[in-house]
Amino acid sequence: MTIPDLECTDLTKRFGDTSAVENVSFEVPPGSFFSILGPSGCGKTTIMRMIAGFLAPTSGDIRIKGRSVLDAPPNKRPVNMVFQHLALFPMMNIADNIGYGLRRQGVSKPEITRKVGEVLERIGLPDIGERKVDELSGGQKQRVAIARCMVLEPDVLLLDEPLGALDLKLREHMKIELKALQSAFDTTFVYITHDQSEALVMSDNIAVMNAGRFEQIGSARDLYYRPETPFVASFVGDSNRWRGRVVSVSGDNLRLRSESGLDLCGNSHGRPVSDGDEAEIFVRPEAIRLGRGEADIAHFDNRLSGRVTSLLFNGAASRILLRPDSGGEEIEVALPQSGEFAHLSRGDTVHVGWSSDQGNCFATETG
Amino acid sequence: MKTTSNQVTLATAIAGLLALSQPAAAETLRLLTWGGYAPENVVAKFEEETGHSVEVTLSNNEEMIAKLRATGGGGFDLAQPSQDRIAGPQAEFGIYKPIDLSKIDASQFIPSMLEATKANTTVDGNVYGVPHVWGTSGLVLNTAEAGMVKDYTDLCAPEVAGKVSYRLRRPTLIGFAFSMGMDPFAAYGDEAAYTEIMEKVEAKLIECKPNVKAYWSGGDELMNLMRSGEAVAAMAWDTGGWKLNEDNADVTFVAPTSGALGWIDTFVLPAKGSADDAAYDWINFVMRPEVSAMITEAAGNFTASKGADEFASDELKAKYQASFPPEAVDNIKWYPPVPAGLEVIEGGVLDRVKAAN
Amino acid sequence: MQAAHRLGFVLLLTPLLLWLSLLILIPHVDMFLVSLRERVGVGEYATSLANYRSFIDEPLYLWTFARTAVMSVMATALTLLIGFPVAYYIAKMARGRVRSALFLLCLVPFWVSELVRTFGWMILLRETGLFSSLLQWAGLVDGPVEMLYNDVAIMVGLVYTSMLFMVVPLVTTLDSLDDSVIEAGYDLGGSGPSILREIVIPHAMPGIVSGSIVVFMLSLGNYLTPIMLGGKDSLWFTELIYSQFIVRFNWELGAAFGFMLLILSSVIVWGTLRLTGQTLEKTMG
Repeated sequence: MTIPDLECTDLTKRFGDTSAVENVSFEVPPGSFFSILGPSGCGKTTIMRMIAGFLAPTSGDIRIKGRSVLDAPPNKRPVNMVFQHLALFPMMNIADNIGYGLRRQGVSKPEITRKVGEVLERIGLPDIGERKVDELSGGQKQRVAIARCMVLEPDVLLLDEPLGALDLKLREHMKIELKALQSAFDTTFVYITHDQSEALVMSDNIAVMNAGRFEQIGSARDLYYRPETPFVASFVGDSNRWRGRVVSVSGDNLRLRSESGLDLCGNSHGRPVSDGDEAEIFVRPEAIRLGRGEADIAHFDNRLSGRVTSLLFNGAASRILLRPDSGGEEIEVALPQSGEFAHLSRGDTVHVGWSSDQGNCFATETG
Repeated sequence: MKTTSNQVTLATAIAGLLALSQPAAAETLRLLTWGGYAPENVVAKFEEETGHSVEVTLSNNEEMIAKLRATGGGGFDLAQPSQDRIAGPQAEFGIYKPIDLSKIDASQFIPSMLEATKANTTVDGNVYGVPHVWGTSGLVLNTAEAGMVKDYTDLCAPEVAGKVSYRLRRPTLIGFAFSMGMDPFAAYGDEAAYTEIMEKVEAKLIECKPNVKAYWSGGDELMNLMRSGEAVAAMAWDTGGWKLNEDNADVTFVAPTSGALGWIDTFVLPAKGSADDAAYDWINFVMRPEVSAMITEAAGNFTASKGADEFASDELKAKYQASFPPEAVDNIKWYPPVPAGLEVIEGGVLDRVKAAN
Repeated sequence: MQAAHRLGFVLLLTPLLLWLSLLILIPHVDMFLVSLRERVGVGEYATSLANYRSFIDEPLYLWTFARTAVMSVMATALTLLIGFPVAYYIAKMARGRVRSALFLLCLVPFWVSELVRTFGWMILLRETGLFSSLLQWAGLVDGPVEMLYNDVAIMVGLVYTSMLFMVVPLVTTLDSLDDSVIEAGYDLGGSGPSILREIVIPHAMPGIVSGSIVVFMLSLGNYLTPIMLGGKDSLWFTELIYSQFIVRFNWELGAAFGFMLLILSSVIVWGTLRLTGQTLEKTMG
């Protein structure tokens, strides 16, 4: 079994009485892309800063390539960090920026020049060595910031929401490029973000974090289709959510009566849910099937009819909102891409249905 | 009975007339003077009596002349430089205007002092100054520790090494010259002779420099040095010594054997003054014996007002008499007018003394 | 429309032009003209370079001139040396109230006049003063020690008086340095000194230069501090100018001195800018 590049065990950080990170454990295998996804203030930056060495954990251990780095100051750790605003040195040109770490290591001048040239080549920006930082575009700066770290060949590269400052188009482009760079350098990336699409697209593994704890660690697919906590279910991807009381349970299948009066079938996927519990059911918009008539959805155990209240056109990701005839909240439903429902308009009556498997049910913690 | 009634009527009429004429004649008097020469109680009394208002600006000889020179004699209506600093600057810069002696009540002045000042401040037949406050500079000593100092040159004696203070200004040059047996006043008209005297004084002051604690430049600085005991012998004004005497009986003013240097501060009218009537009113007002006594109380120096001595406090008189036995009074060297241009010679000497190690 | 625009422009510019010409240009031209006059007799003057000649011919003046410049440069360097850590602490380490409190501490001395501030130092340093008494009380010295009236006292006074003018521009520039840039330096393997040398100081250069220029000018033009703390050997160039103008009534030589001081400070400021590769626009903008 290979030693993980990065391993955190029971990592805890408290600031006074408030705990920012609570008992977090994870490991990142070599060469993989690991993301920590969570809303702002969830503690993900604190983890990052502890790994980089700018914060000392209250308890727990951080091991890189099997060796604890708790006693090493940031400038002695085999990790490098790409900062949120990149933190390029504005007083130096690009070559000096990239060569900074090498100079600090005491590498000889010709060697530095060679390595800097090489890494510039790899990020596809040769001949920009003499330029100043503010002469580069956002995407170029991004790549230089990564090159500045990669030239040092760190064991782990930390990235602190580096795409946050870019505009949407460039961000989409950089997601793909980052992933490509990661496989080109074959280095372990630890990436933190609050943007689920960044995490889902790039990562091999994702940890979803909330209020200082990891909710779930898994592949993008796992998180999306098999969320283990209500938080993950609602945070990753879009969901329709109903809250209510469980009226019957049989195996994993259960029935729930929502606060708005709907009867819904759901599945607990092995989680403990019992009769009479307060619970929530999450259903993804694309899991809901649209039908012109009741017959189209007859085979689903959840069936509803309603009136279209809004059409949200967004190309491939177009949705409709509909209000069920039986009352309750609006339901978001993905439009199939076949074009079958392209002429749907506001006020039309439609029928929707989904299987109980798609109704992810969680007992809400009582408190 | 009739007479009395008439007198009362007359007095009332005059009073009424005065009251009527007051608003028309009321002016603002911008007075450029020394600290203590225009105490608040005197100003208040003057304003009440005449209706004029007074704005006081405190200064010293050099700054008064520099200020008036900068404006060509404007900005002030009455100034009080020393009598030796009037003829020279007037000839050079024309910053004063002649005094109309008919508007001044000569009977309030000590005649000898008035005549001497008039003579010293006459340029082209015009009189530019009348005397106000006079005093001397000499030695301020802590007699317990520096009793051996009798003259300026004794400040260079080893007994008081490191505990001496004087100003780097012209009175020091003049005082040392006298104390070294020369007569700088006699050489005022002869630049070569004066330069020669000054060169000797320069040599003496450079030789004396290690003895000096600090060259004082303001009265407060000297007071601090003497009060703290950091200096035990200084060259300074008589009032400074008397003031220190109140705190420490050992410290007092001593007239040096070669003679204290006598100065008279005067009244002059700046060339562009615009409230001459108020200025004459002020002069005649403050020269009244009882008002002069109030100024003596504030400034510590006696005035040229005839009969004001009677109002002065016995304490001050006693100090004066202790510092000035009759022969010392006769020995006071009164500054003659400084010819224009002498300052340049003295300036070079002072610069070199300051720079010497 | 166009005319109204122009009128607005002229009106906007008038205060600046008035200020420049009335308060800066005209006095300097006048001072220059005065410095070219030579007194040949009572109230008679001729145009000549005699005043500048007497400045160059008199070693005393040149010596004082050089001494003033060197001491001012030293005071500036010392102020920078002390002010930089203070500014760094205020800008980068102190937070919230501590930060305001420290800033206030730098400012407090300026609530009283320079005269009072200087008197404060005299009280501390003089022979019968606080420091001397403390040393005697602690048994470190036998007799009273005079710490006033020497060049060190002048230096202390100058540094104290100028501190704020160094700290404020430094805090401003250091504030603009993103913390993450410093962290990036550490992260990439930089040590404290190397980050200071390669990142912090280059970034703070405009602040360092503008602060130094202001402090240098203040020290060079200071009058009270050198005179009062320096005592009998103070020898400061402004003192020469003052005594020429006020005591000697020799405005002509005083004006020449004033002009020499203007030239000296301009040359040194220009030289510093050249040496550090800064421009006035960058520093003051």
